[in-house]
Amino acid sequence: MAEIQTDCRTSTHAEPCREIDPGSVIPVVDEIITQYRSTRGALIPVLQSVQNLLGYLPKEILTHISRELSIPYSEVAGVVTFYSFFSTTPRGKHIIRVCLGTACYVRGGKEVLQALTRELKIKVGQTTDDHQFSLEIGRCFGACGLAPVVMIDEDVHQRVKPNAIGLLLAAYRDDDDQDRGGSDEKA
Amino acid sequence: MAIKNYILICGGTACESSRADDIYKNLIAECASQGVSDDVQIVKTGCFGFCEQGPIVKILPEDSFYVQVKPEDAKELVSEHIVKGREVTRLLYDKNKSKKHAKVEDIQFYQKQFRIVLRNCGFINPENIDEYIAREGYAALEKALFNMTPDDVIGELKTAGIRGRGGAGFPTWMKWNFTKQVENDTKYVVCNADEGDPGAYMDRSTLEGDPHSILEAMTIAGYTCGARQGYIYIRAEYPLAIKRLEIAMQQARDYGLLGEDILGSGFSFDIEIRLGAGAFVCGEETALLASIEGERGMPRPRPPFPAVKGLWGQPTVINNVETWANIPMIILKGGDWFSKIGTEDSKGTKVFALTGKIRNSGLVEVPMGTTLREIIFDIGGGIANDKEFKAVQTGGPSGGVITKADLDTPIDYGSLMGLGSMMGSGGMIVMDEDDCIVDVTKFYLGFSVDESCGKCSPCRIGGRSLYNILDKITKGEGEMEDLEQMKSIGQAMKKASLCGLGQTAPNPILSTIHYFEDEYLAHIKDKRCPAGKCKELISFNILADKCIGCTACARKCPVGAITGERRQLHRIDPELCIKCGVCLETCKFGAIYVR
Repeated sequence: MAEIQTDCRTSTHAEPCREIDPGSVIPVVDEIITQYRSTRGALIPVLQSVQNLLGYLPKEILTHISRELSIPYSEVAGVVTFYSFFSTTPRGKHIIRVCLGTACYVRGGKEVLQALTRELKIKVGQTTDDHQFSLEIGRCFGACGLAPVVMIDEDVHQRVKPNAIGLLLAAYRDDDDQDRGGSDEKA
Repeated sequence: MAIKNYILICGGTACESSRADDIYKNLIAECASQGVSDDVQIVKTGCFGFCEQGPIVKILPEDSFYVQVKPEDAKELVSEHIVKGREVTRLLYDKNKSKKHAKVEDIQFYQKQFRIVLRNCGFINPENIDEYIAREGYAALEKALFNMTPDDVIGELKTAGIRGRGGAGFPTWMKWNFTKQVENDTKYVVCNADEGDPGAYMDRSTLEGDPHSILEAMTIAGYTCGARQGYIYIRAEYPLAIKRLEIAMQQARDYGLLGEDILGSGFSFDIEIRLGAGAFVCGEETALLASIEGERGMPRPRPPFPAVKGLWGQPTVINNVETWANIPMIILKGGDWFSKIGTEDSKGTKVFALTGKIRNSGLVEVPMGTTLREIIFDIGGGIANDKEFKAVQTGGPSGGVITKADLDTPIDYGSLMGLGSMMGSGGMIVMDEDDCIVDVTKFYLGFSVDESCGKCSPCRIGGRSLYNILDKITKGEGEMEDLEQMKSIGQAMKKASLCGLGQTAPNPILSTIHYFEDEYLAHIKDKRCPAGKCKELISFNILADKCIGCTACARKCPVGAITGERRQLHRIDPELCIKCGVCLETCKFGAIYVR
């Protein structure tokens, strides 16, 4: 589903994962700001586009956006911290989102999440030391018939079993590009 | 050459994640290589609703309903069904192994359904405006623009008696009428597609399967209320729905059905998409408007209601996706037609996302007044794995549970309220004997606490206190006075919270204490979790007569809590065990049990 990402999308798959040099990306950020200059309520679409591009929102970039849009930094920071999609720290190469919608919960989503935290040795909201994975929770991807569901980047994995988590991650860990997405195998 | 067969492939999110797109591509390739491309039209449609059995492929005119299709099945479908005209029996939905159940009208899942909102889902290609138009699409807009005054439109909605499908059930005609009556140059129309209720995906499927119906309805509202600009506020987690909306908007503009001077009527209206950024509270209308304005999505006190003072302080009509999807049909077929469907209190149909421990998960649309029993047992096929039905939860984090005793209640806004639950947006989660009511309630409270915006203290503090008490109970540290304490905090939150989130967050607790007090008591007095879910109250053990000493569980245990020699009885060390349940899942001999 990669082709559906366009400008102002909050991506589930952020490209770069290490810290970036804010100075080097100012020109692209400015391009995004120009694009939304005439839009009312532009702050959120701008933040979404910038995060989509950079993978996260460094403080220097936020102050820059604040100046350019003439919105106090406190307000920008307020918005960034309010919405769960925004991140001010670099995220992993792969974003793992465990669905904890009710259907997934009653069909074992919590056990899947526990297996992932054990396997990755991180908590929800954290990123592994090797910057490979970030672990997040999701609230219903609309695939309740296939619960429990785990989304890794843009791939939906269905009927995930806690004791097979290792296998699932292995396909991503080495980043080999074989077909791993959206299979209905008992992952 | 004439088309002989139509192949419809479900392109809803669930089926797409089961490689429906590969099936689509393979079918095209197979038709080409077997030389039948000219005889067949292959269409990727919106959700068929029968998600449990996906991916689904339907072939017309035979109406053969193929389920759990794999990409590699494409070859056989083409060579057998298309070329030789023989159904591929092994892929038919056919639980009794008789050919009778092959066709759509014979499938019990669909028999009691009545589709208004989902009328086009699974029938048309949502990315092709011509297919929408062929099914009377945009005819309602034309009728409104040229044959009806704004008052006529509102009168029709009033006759229809439609109420908002987002949860609260406010009469739609009144909202529209308030906005219409305000004298103001600038007004807005907003579609609330921030469907955040965990376990509900009706709106997503509607947008994915029939995006034009929403655009058409919003344009009608713009004409009726005097607005020229619309916004669709949609969750960023719904990429497919966003893409299809964008395509639909472009096609509508190309056809003169959106934008300047629509159909030459002189009326102009356009729509912009705004993406949510992961805040459940933005489903609340005033919070949603704040978010469109670029602010933190925090609710504002009402009144003034958005219909009078909404987006950027201007009068704003805001409805949820499902409400919008009903509008074109009401305009086209008339309010009288619509008002004959449903109950006295609630007209029309309701779409439910039927999930949880149910045999046939999926989307169902039924007339108001259908009973829960019909939905769960006739349409849903009953409880999965032959377990015992325990309760069904409606209304998500704002609702409550309904037990066996009330399964025959006809569903409408009023009856669900009477049972201490609510219609909500339409999530319906079925629970069986293995689900712990206290644990599920804690799940809902945890959700509301996470999503509370923090603006008003009854919700911010009350929700947290309730969660803490529930947490204590699930750990076996509950006391008898906790029940009364929770009730009184809950009542205070209901009265004093600013918006619907806080006002309804205690509902799951109040409802479950009412219907399942014994289960709370088991946790509090006996320090026992009857369903075997609450970790602190259970232990994993091995049955001596079933364990054959295969060592599988010991190898899988992540903390090395299981010991035992090969072919000897194994043992779980309760001190080391973290109760993750991996052993239970691994054992093939049923030797592990939970106490």
